[in-house]
Amino acid sequence: MTAPLLEVCGIRTRRGGIEVLHGIDLDVRAGEIVAVIGPNGAGKSTLLGTIAGVFPPAGGRVRLAGHDLGRRAAEEIVRMGVCLVPERRQIWSGLTVRQNLLLGGYHRYWRDRAGVRADVARPLRIFPKLAELIHRAGGHLSGGEQQMLAIARGLMSRPRVLLLDEPSLGLAPRVVREITQTLEQLRRAEGLAVVLVEQNVKAAMLVADRVCVMERGRIVLRGRPAELLAHPGVRSAYLGKGYEVAG
Amino acid sequence: MLALLPQLVLTGLTVGSIYALVALGFVVIYNVTGILNFAQGEFPMLGALLCASLLAGGLSVPLAAVAAVAAVCVLGALVERLAVEPAYGSHPLTLIIITFGVSMAFRGLALMVWGADPYTLPEFTPGAPLVLLSGVLTRQAVWAIGLSLAVVAALFLFFACTVPGAAVRACADNPFASRLVGISPRRTSLFAFTLSAGLGAVAGIVIAPITGATYDMGLGLGLKGFVAAVIGGLTNAPAAVVGGYLVGLIEALATGFLTPGYSGAITFLVLLLVLFLQREGLLHGAQRRRA
Repeated sequence: MTAPLLEVCGIRTRRGGIEVLHGIDLDVRAGEIVAVIGPNGAGKSTLLGTIAGVFPPAGGRVRLAGHDLGRRAAEEIVRMGVCLVPERRQIWSGLTVRQNLLLGGYHRYWRDRAGVRADVARPLRIFPKLAELIHRAGGHLSGGEQQMLAIARGLMSRPRVLLLDEPSLGLAPRVVREITQTLEQLRRAEGLAVVLVEQNVKAAMLVADRVCVMERGRIVLRGRPAELLAHPGVRSAYLGKGYEVAG
Repeated sequence: MLALLPQLVLTGLTVGSIYALVALGFVVIYNVTGILNFAQGEFPMLGALLCASLLAGGLSVPLAAVAAVAAVCVLGALVERLAVEPAYGSHPLTLIIITFGVSMAFRGLALMVWGADPYTLPEFTPGAPLVLLSGVLTRQAVWAIGLSLAVVAALFLFFACTVPGAAVRACADNPFASRLVGISPRRTSLFAFTLSAGLGAVAGIVIAPITGATYDMGLGLGLKGFVAAVIGGLTNAPAAVVGGYLVGLIEALATGFLTPGYSGAITFLVLLLVLFLQREGLLHGAQRRRA
């Protein structure tokens, strides 16, 4: 088995003076998708924010390919290959799709302007719909298109680890399927490691290699999707009692 | 009485172009940092007086102007790094009071260095004034209007058509998302102060041949620029430019048709009216449409 690309060891994070994460351990290998599920307030988004450098950890370590990320700021961590696609997309509504994409590669823009401009074609190949909307302002896109743009913008940073926070929130099932298929392609073709925080547990179970269940700032359960689907607590809490395992 | 109108309009456009540059400085800093920089008016003063000193030192007008703008840009960067940046996260009122303090410090230093007597700068291209629609426009006024429009156009191109310009807009719109792609809000704030200081310096240098340069010229310019920025809703650069021209025209018409002593009072009356009628600025609707 290959060594983990991303290692989260005993991470503790405080927000507003209150400890929100109480010693989280998590590892993700290249080409692997790890889903993190759990109720609202469990600390899932804080976990992603801590890995991405948005919230400085109060304790513990985050390592990327064996290198300690320490208490680096978000703008430095994206340079190292970890990119967070945040909840509610957070695209720049006044900028065009092209400008949003170009800014996705901003951390290397001053070193490689031509490369960043040329790279815009790559996410457009992955999300052809965005190519048709390239000159449209981000604020004029539908929810699904904005989510595609948010992921495409994240890919422009050429991440080795992509952190996705609630990508299916408020989207039609067809768009959710499209996005999960894209993640599947990316991890296979490019060895992208993905940490996926999801409220849509069914979608997460379909695409993930491993699933962690978080509650009150701790990972309380982890395993392969099939194992967790067989777990009565997970089934009743997140899938409903009548949920049937596909296949 | 109406025969005066063309002349008053030309005068209004000339001073309005200067207010527009100062207003742009307010808007750039406010958009990026959320701070009302009440030291903005001191940058034209510093630009004009530094330029006067460099000219007295033997430099040519273009060299002195460029060197003065560069020096004021450095001062703007120092203001951000030494006075404003350490206080980020404080109450907005604290940051505003800091900029007031910086303004007073600059004015006091200027009084010590240059004294209270006015300095004059030579016209960029001396010669007979132009006659336009029965009004007279000095060549320096043409420089003021032309340079102001050129700077506004250059800024528009920078923000609309370049990636670094888009990065500044992105940081103003959503600093959190900006950090996630590697745009540093700290660096963007530094850039905003540097750019605004440069805009102010250009305004001061271009108007000094008409009005002269004194250590306290920044107070009036800063307040008029602030009124223009508020008319534009504080966040909309094109609207702030229009606001600058509006303030210039109101001031000139008040001077011509009422009495010169009331021109300042009328300008601030306009500010009060704008704030009473629409707290987010007279031209805020235009900004919403732009977004």
